[in-house]
Amino acid sequence: VPKADELKERIEQALPGAKVDVEDLTGGGDHFRAEVVSDRFDGLSRIQQHKLIYDVFGTEIGGPIHALSIKTSTPGDGR
Amino acid sequence: MTNDEIRAFIENAIQENRVMLFMKGTPHQPACGFSARASGALNALGVQYAALDILPDPRIRQELSDVSGWPTIPQLFVNGELVGGSDIVVEMFESGELAQLLDVEQPAEAEVDEPQPQQRPLGLENRLGG
Repeated sequence: VPKADELKERIEQALPGAKVDVEDLTGGGDHFRAEVVSDRFDGLSRIQQHKLIYDVFGTEIGGPIHALSIKTSTPGDGR
Repeated sequence: MTNDEIRAFIENAIQENRVMLFMKGTPHQPACGFSARASGALNALGVQYAALDILPDPRIRQELSDVSGWPTIPQLFVNGELVGGSDIVVEMFESGELAQLLDVEQPAEAEVDEPQPQQRPLGLENRLGG
């Protein structure tokens, strides 16, 4: 069963310097929400930003990680 | 239906419907909270959209994700382009960007809830049985 901390670490590894919060929404290890602040998102569309996060997990999305809700922003967004 | 036929149907649906939502379940009976939120946003904007339930055949989802490069459901396309999944759709709805993109008025209360869908049915599931 995937754990929130493990997802957080993997996103941080993929996007060095990013501020990452991952919450296990159900406690069951299948529905997660990730909030990621990274300057890597600068100039990217939302689609491209979310894809960067999806790409960290590949086919695990829809498999062991049933659902991953994503919110992305850049440090400059101030939100 | 072969996989190629399913893919052609999906590509055609994306091209022919200005607002095309692929979801689990239907706008009247969404089968997943994420799909419910995406269709709820479109319902709240009162736009007409086509919706396709991906659940009747697992190959629909496979082919769709191959076409779009997007791993999750729902997926919203506008003018043939992928707009995003439920997080992006809801974010854009709340910020007014989705209303702008669809050229409709932003409702006074931008909340995703029960407004009735303005849905145009699509018949893929009906053909899969034949």
